[in-house]
Parts: sequence; structure tokens; C-alpha cells
Amino acid sequence: MTLMPSIGRDDVARLADLARIQLSDEEIDRFAGEFDSIMDAVASVSEVATEDVPATSHPIAMTNVFREDVVENTLTQEQALAGAPEAQDGRFAVPQILGEE
Amino acid sequence: MTATTIEPVDYDEAIERYDPVLGIEVHVELGTATKMFDGAPNVFAAEPNTAITPTSLGLPGALPVVNRTAVEYAIKIGLALNCSIAETCRFARKQYFYPDLTKNFQTSQYDEPIAYEGWVDIELEDGEVIRVEIERAHMEEDAGKNTHVGGATGRIHGATHSQVDYNRAGVPLVEIVTKPIPNTKGRAPEVAAAYVRTLRDIFRALDISEAKMERGNVRADINVSLRADAEAPLGTRTETKNVNSFRAMERTVRSEISRQAGMLDAGQKIVQETRHFHEDTGDTSSGRPKSDAEDYRYFPEPDLVPVAPSREWVEEIRSGLPELPAARRRRLLGEWGFSDLEMRDAINAGALDLIESTVSAGASAQSARKWWMGELARVAKDRDVELEDLSVTPVQIAELQGLVDGKKINDKIAKQVLLKILEGQGGPAEIVEQEGLAVVSDESVLTGAVDQAIADNPDVVAKIQGGKVQAIGALIGPIMKATRGQADAGRVREIIMEKLGVTG
Amino acid sequence: MTDIIRRSAAAQATALSTGEVSSQELTRAHLDRIADVDGDLNAFLHVNQDEALATAADIDSRRAAGEELHALAGVPIAVKDIVVTQGQPTTAGSKILEGWIPPYDATLVTALRKAGLPILGKTNMDEFAMGSSTETSAFGLTRNPWDRDRIPGGSGGGSAAAVGAYEAPLAIGTDTGGSIRQPGAVTGTVGVKPTYGSVSRYGLIAMASSLDQAGPVTRTVEDAALLHELIAGHDPHDSTSLTDPIGAYTAAARSKDVRGLRVGVIEELEGDGFAPEVRARFTESLAQLEQAGAEIVRISCPNFRYALGAYYLIMPSEASSNLAKFDGMRFGLRVIPEDHPTAESVMKATRGAGFGDEVKRRILLGTYALSAGYYDAYYGSAQKVRTLVQRDFTAAFEQVDVLASPTSPTVAFRLGEKVDDPMAMYMNDIATIPANLAGTPGISVPSGLAEDGLPAGIQFLAPARADERLYRVGGALEALLEDAWGGPLLAKAPELAGLTGGVK
Ligand SMILES: [Mg+2]
Ligand SMILES: [Zn+2]
Repeated sequence: MTLMPSIGRDDVARLADLARIQLSDEEIDRFAGEFDSIMDAVASVSEVATEDVPATSHPIAMTNVFREDVVENTLTQEQALAGAPEAQDGRFAVPQILGEE
Repeated sequence: MTATTIEPVDYDEAIERYDPVLGIEVHVELGTATKMFDGAPNVFAAEPNTAITPTSLGLPGALPVVNRTAVEYAIKIGLALNCSIAETCRFARKQYFYPDLTKNFQTSQYDEPIAYEGWVDIELEDGEVIRVEIERAHMEEDAGKNTHVGGATGRIHGATHSQVDYNRAGVPLVEIVTKPIPNTKGRAPEVAAAYVRTLRDIFRALDISEAKMERGNVRADINVSLRADAEAPLGTRTETKNVNSFRAMERTVRSEISRQAGMLDAGQKIVQETRHFHEDTGDTSSGRPKSDAEDYRYFPEPDLVPVAPSREWVEEIRSGLPELPAARRRRLLGEWGFSDLEMRDAINAGALDLIESTVSAGASAQSARKWWMGELARVAKDRDVELEDLSVTPVQIAELQGLVDGKKINDKIAKQVLLKILEGQGGPAEIVEQEGLAVVSDESVLTGAVDQAIADNPDVVAKIQGGKVQAIGALIGPIMKATRGQADAGRVREIIMEKLGVTG
Repeated sequence: MTDIIRRSAAAQATALSTGEVSSQELTRAHLDRIADVDGDLNAFLHVNQDEALATAADIDSRRAAGEELHALAGVPIAVKDIVVTQGQPTTAGSKILEGWIPPYDATLVTALRKAGLPILGKTNMDEFAMGSSTETSAFGLTRNPWDRDRIPGGSGGGSAAAVGAYEAPLAIGTDTGGSIRQPGAVTGTVGVKPTYGSVSRYGLIAMASSLDQAGPVTRTVEDAALLHELIAGHDPHDSTSLTDPIGAYTAAARSKDVRGLRVGVIEELEGDGFAPEVRARFTESLAQLEQAGAEIVRISCPNFRYALGAYYLIMPSEASSNLAKFDGMRFGLRVIPEDHPTAESVMKATRGAGFGDEVKRRILLGTYALSAGYYDAYYGSAQKVRTLVQRDFTAAFEQVDVLASPTSPTVAFRLGEKVDDPMAMYMNDIATIPANLAGTPGISVPSGLAEDGLPAGIQFLAPARADERLYRVGGALEALLEDAWGGPLLAKAPELAGLTGGVK
């Protein structure tokens, strides 16, 4: 079977970035210490997951579950915004977005 | 960085030294009643955050269910683009964090698109036909809309914060991706625009979208790369996002070719990145380099089950497809007997539908063409509007032509009547009636006018009787004047010849 | 009023229909019980006295008017806080959702409201259902009614403790890897994970979409059957919802007949790692069934040994994606970092502060398992193991009608004992996980007292869509054991024995 590379501090920091989670140095250290043993424990799956075995993504196989193109009840603007940390002009107010136009 | 100091190369020079290759991704918003995965209405203009359900707002606990009509529309697009329709396909989650995405993933199709491996023929201005290979067409959902506040002209840079409206979140999209389009040479800009225009026309013919460019119903991402020549491997490409008008597409391709040629001439590498087109300058600017791009962590959407369109359903959809634009043009060309040039002019002027409607209202193809491509095209140009926006209908044009054909009015009067129609004064027959513009058919009136003209112009009469029959024209002028232009010139001529005893 | 709360939900329903008690009195009695004991247990995160009493009053007046009511109308219920309830706070045990009031009801909540069950409140749970001990809740841990220094199981420890401590006769749980069954086992209560798709997932805050399933948490098998029949059924808002007719679960629970029933003992789930007394109670339970006419067969499911690994890849992967929406933009907590906050930095700060350790751990593991280059080895392989586990089930169910194992390897462990050892915590789910991977149903019923005089559970598993078998075997075993014990196991709970009033 394939040997998985170990997960170090840099990897944890990169994953946290990708998952948009601010971690303290202590958290990074701790997770880096744990993840190898967890991944080792689960990596046994690749022992039996051979080419000829198909993947199952849904426990009960179904296809073609559709809805008809008919309008249903909507939320009111008030309901939509009721839980918003900040709202303005009927819209969700979010901090400045950097990067893409 | 040095990149900013490198001058773009003149376009024609760039084309001499490099071979451009295009790749185009077109997103079309489907005109379904509801969204892709929930029953919120799919509407363009509504109060912000009112066209949403818990699902399109991505609230905790809410789940997606696929819109059957959206799948049908996607299959229609696939079939119209000569694609194979997948026996089974799935949705996946494309994961990245962005405030316009309610779930921080876009539900899209990844390695299993509903349609794949097709082609479409596009016709350029001069009639050359180019076949564009389609790699895939897949279903996905649109994102919400950010409004940037506090910066200059609503742009993201300098904005202090943004406001998000999720009415558009979840609107069904089909994304159509081409294979690399080679061998376009200097025509690359025209090919890009013509390709998207062809798709736009197909979407409209299929009636799956209003396909209004200005509303963003159809949006294109344009990939451009250069290589030394047609034998060389593909160069590094850039992707210019959301180019939303045909003119902008041409300008994007031109400026990217010039810019990349400048970089390559200077020995620089092209960076694989997304770029943005700027309407004001006609240039593109760098967005995010692709190398830093998010790792999208695609995986099959566990909340949705596979879509497996039965072959019966696909064939049923195929048999219900309307005539597509290319086939229609071929048919009309045969039926109307236009020259290739006449046909292309009519297409480019957006007159095809109008001419066809005019013909089906009873006019001959040539007379319909003459009206729409002549007098009406001139008026539209003067007023700077589209032909279809003029306030005259094909039925009225056919009626007007009918009056001419029936010798009720002559061509000159017909033009006057047309102007009055455009001014909203009524229909053709109505105006002719009201204004008394019908041809003078009372023989005694005509005979009187002829007698008067003969009496007033003895020298002209002498010339005619002396054998110069073409001098009759000098008598007709005063007669038309006397009848306020409403005489049938042919009949007047006959009467003169009778009176003077000459034969033509 | 203290004795009525100790009766089963079915017996309470009878008392309502005979007029022995009103729903308002019954609901008030449970609210009083909550007021008495929940300060210490912390099974509830939110109690909605007003709403519960209003529902009760409505049912009382409808009953008085002679209206035909649901069998459980007026019987109060507690709902795990992962299920969204319009107008009642829903936190999933997380600080990131503190104070959020959903604008809609989960489909199963709609069913409860329609049937007229007063909703007492929302029960505590591991944060986002991630845990096996209810210690990861952001709002304090829940204690086991049998021993207040012990865990009540997890993630649905709040629902199990509430039912076990007579705070509610019925509760809703959710089971992604055993979160209904394992708390049932360690609190001496009954828990059922229905076939995947039997109960709608619409309105359950998703942890792992392909594994999550809601189900009943009760004190008797018959009560579980009644509640299952109420919340089951096709939901057009959940693409994975089954269209099967709802089974006759209550009739099966009441049949108490196991003659000819073939029960398979899963060899892989009864050896090392299972505590001796837990195993002894399991063996004795099987002996009871055998005496009653069931046939006990040994069965090997060789791929079950890979199930835990597959589970701890699939669950974090799906969870990492499902939890992306908690970003401080549209609902819930928003944490604004100092100097120059951007959407990105606010998302990071919010998620950093709003999620607890276990949630962060699983999101990071899931992000890793789905990231480029690892997908095939991890998520892809895990989905293949799923196929192998299903094949084991299929082969086993060719030989037997149901499978059996101890529900959990040990009795309730001490608070804090495993909270810093993720792998030790994950091992609790070893017996319950295969059913989630395969989508098959499972039930846990009390098997007796084991180590330290604490309850243990026996789990039965049936083929997908054959949930009736669970109620048949579960109901029969419950009757056999209660005969042997002289009453329900819960009557032996030391913390609860001091209460006045009898048993059912
Ligand atoms: Mg693109
Ligand atoms: Zn797209």
C-alpha cells in the first residue's frame, strides 16, 4: 500500500488556511501531533480498496430524483436578514472583499 | 515587476509571429421558473433577498433537489451542440470561500458532465465557416451578487465593505466549454465573438433562456494562448473572466494577443492566471495567478443522487427540438433565393426574423428584404436603434407592399406612408385613406392633366412626334406635380402616347 | 403527577385519551421534572415552556371538541438541537450558532407539530454531533442519569439523558455513526437509527450527509415504533428520501414473537475490546431469544474491520464541506479581528473562535482527505470500503434475518476520561458505524447491567427497508428481559430510584 506522508505544522497551517480557520500556535502544534496517528489508523482502507471495487457514495442507490419547476414559498426579506450579523439596504453587509473583481 | 513595463506588440505584427489558440467557456442562465435546486423564483429584478428559500440562502439544514426542467434544458443545449448525453452523471461540490456563495461551495458538475464531445459550426462575416469542438456542457448554480460600497464607481478595490443579495444564488446555469480552438490566425477576435453569438442565437432558438447579454444571461470566459506556429505545443493560457459583450470579446482577444506577444518577445513567461477586461481602456489586468488558486476539493454532492436521463427521454427531447439557426438560414437561403451576400447582410443587420415574418404575411422575399435592408435600415441607423425596435410590424410592411403591388400607391408614396406609420399615425391602408394618398385612377383627371401638359409644352411635343420618344419624361414631371405625385406614371405615359399617336 | 412521567409514551397517550390526564397537566409535569433535575443533568439547551403549554392547550381543546387526533397527540417530546425549529433557538451545540432562530422547521418537526406533540425544548449534544460523550458541546456537558460523573453517550447524550431521567417520554436523535444507539446503550434507553432515507433530513444540520439519519429516542421499543411511524415518510425536499410506504413498526413491536427468527452474531463485533460484562449481557440476551424460538447463527463480516477507518474519512470529509457555510456572513456568530478586517479574515476569526476543538479537528482532517492528490487514497478508498461493508451485509442477510452485537464496547465511561484522546473516543463507535456506512437500520435496547452496575445495550441490525424486523426482535427481547428483571431496567437506576411513584 501507499505510504502517506506525515502531516507537519506547515501542513496543518495550510489546511487551516484552506478551511478558513484561525488557529493558535498551540492548536497547530497539537493537531500536527495528532494527525499522523489518526491518518495512520484510517489508512488501512487502501488495503482493500482495490481497482475492481466500485465506490458507493449513497447508501441507498437512487437516480433521477427531481422536482417540478414550480415556485414554492419564499422567505421574506425580513426573515432572510433576521439572523444576519449585519444588514443594510435589504442586503447582507459583509466586510470588504479583497482579491477578485 | 518587469511585467508592467513591457509594451504590447502591434496586433498585426503579433499575428505574423505567433499562432493564437482560443478556449471559451460560456455560462448561460436558464429561463426556468425556479432555481436549480429549490423552488425560489428565478427572477431578474426583485427586491433584494426576497427570491430565496432556506436552500438558496444556504441555511443550516436546508437541502437541494434538482429542477427537472433545468435538466431538460441542459439536454436541449447538449443536443443542439451535437454532444453525447451522459447515460448517468452527477453533481459535485466545488469548494471555495467567497461571500456570494451561500454554502461556500458551488454545486456543479465536475468529472461527469451531462453533455460532452460535441461541435458547432460558426459563420464569420465573410461567409467562412469554422467548426468549434465542444468539450462539455455541464449544469451548475449561479452565485449571489455583491455590491461594493465606499470605493470609486462601485469597484471592489477601495471598497470599505460589500452588500450581498442572494436572489441570483442558485439560478440554473449551463456552462459550455470548448476544446482549444486552433488555426484562427488573425481572425481570433472575430471567431471568439462569432462563437458566442452563435451560441446566443441557439439558446434563443431553443427558448431555454432570454439570452440577453446586457443582463448577464450569457457570460463568457475567454482563454488565449500563443505558440510559435500551428505545429508547436500549446502555450500557457490566460483566462479573462466574465466578458459580457461581443465587442468586449473581440477587444479582449486582441489585447491579450498583443500583450502576450510583448511578453514572449521580451523573453518573459506567460503566467497562467485569471484576468479582467476593462471596458474603459480595452485592456485586461491581472487577477489571481492560477498557481495560488484554491484547491477546490471536489467530491460528489452527497445530498443529490445521480441524474441518469433515459434514452427515451433524450430522444423525446431531440425530436422536439426546434429548427436551429444554421439550418434555418440554409432553408431560407433556398426559399428566398437571396445571394450569399444578401443573406449575410440580413443576418448581420438582425433582419432575418423580420424578413421572414414579412414574407409569411404575404410579401415577396425580395420586397421584404428591400424594405428592411433599405428604407428601414436607414431610419434605424439615423435613430440609432435596432431594426426590431422600430415601431412598425412585419405585417404592416407586407400590407404596405401589397398596396404598391396592387397599384393602389406608388413607391414614392409608399415611403411617405411608412414614415407616417413610424410616427404612429396608423396602419398603411388607414393612412392612405385618411390622407387621400391613393393613386389617381380617375381617367378624366389624368386626361385633363395630360391635355394641359401637351398644351403647355409644344416644343417637347414636337420632339416626341419627331421620334424622340424618351422626351415623354419631360411631360410626366409636370403631370405628377399636378396630381400631387399620386398618378400612376405608367398609365400617364400610355395616355400621352395615345394622344400624340406614337408607339413606344 | 410524578408517576405519570415514568410511564411509557404509549401509556401516557392512553391516559390522555381516557381523560385521566390532560396534555397541559402532562406537559406541566415534564416541565416541572426538567426544572427539578436538569440544572444538574444539563440535558436541555433550551426549554420552551410557553410554546409547549400552548400546544398542549390546543390539543386539549381539540380533544374536548371530539376531534380525531394522532395517537401521540398531546404527548410531549424533546428534540435534539441539531434539528431546526422555527421560532426556537437552534445551535447544534456550537457557539457559532448561539442565538440563531431558524426561519423554518425541519420536515420532521412539521410532522410533530401537525400531530400535536408539545415540543419541550432542544437537547444538548456534542458540537455539530461530533463526539460520543456530549462533552464537546459549547454549552456544557450532559451527565448520565445513572451516574452523574459519567458520560451519557454522544452525540445525542442530551436526548438519551432527558428520556432516561423522565424529563421527556420521547425525544428525537440523529445517528451518523451511532449517536442514537450508543447513548441509548449507556443510559438504559431505546434508540433506533432507521434505514437511511426513512426520515427526512430536511432541516437536520448536516454533519455527514450520506450517513446522517434521524430517529426515535425512547424508553420502550413500542414508543420508538410509534414515533418512527410519525416522523417517517417521503419528503420531496430531501433527494435521498425513500418513497417506500411506512412500515407497520408498532404492530411489529407488539408482536413479541421471534419463533423461527434467525439472528446472526457478528464475529468481528464481540471479541477483544468489548468489556466482559457487556459481552455477558449480550450472550444472555441471545440465550433468551433462543429460548423463545429464535435461531442463533454465527456470521462473519470480514470487511467490518475497515469500517471505522472508512467512517473517519467519509464523515470528516463531508463535515468539512457541510460546515463551510458557518462563516459569519449570513447568520450566527461574527468575530471581527483587529486592524483592517476583510471578509476572509472575519471568516477565519469567526470559525477560529466559534468552533471547538473536535470540530476543528474533523474539518481539518476532512479538508486534508479531500485535498488534491489525496482524494483517491482517502475519500475514494473509503467509498469503496462502503461497497465492501454493504456486500458483507448482503451476504449475511442471505443467511439470517437480523444481525446482533453489543451496541457499545463498554458501559458509560467517566467524564473527561477520553476527551483528550481522539482515537480512544472514536473506538466507541466500532459496532454502530457499519450500519451508517451501509444505510441499514439498527436498534439498541437495554441488555442489562454490566460493569459498575451500569447499563449495557444490545444492537440489532436489519437489511435496508426492513426496519420492522428491528421492532419485532427488539420488542420481544425487551419483554423477555423485563420479565426476568421484574420491570424495566431504568427502574434500577440509583439516581432515579429515590423518586416517588411507581413504574409503568
Ligand atoms: Mg471559467
Ligand atoms: Zn461555471
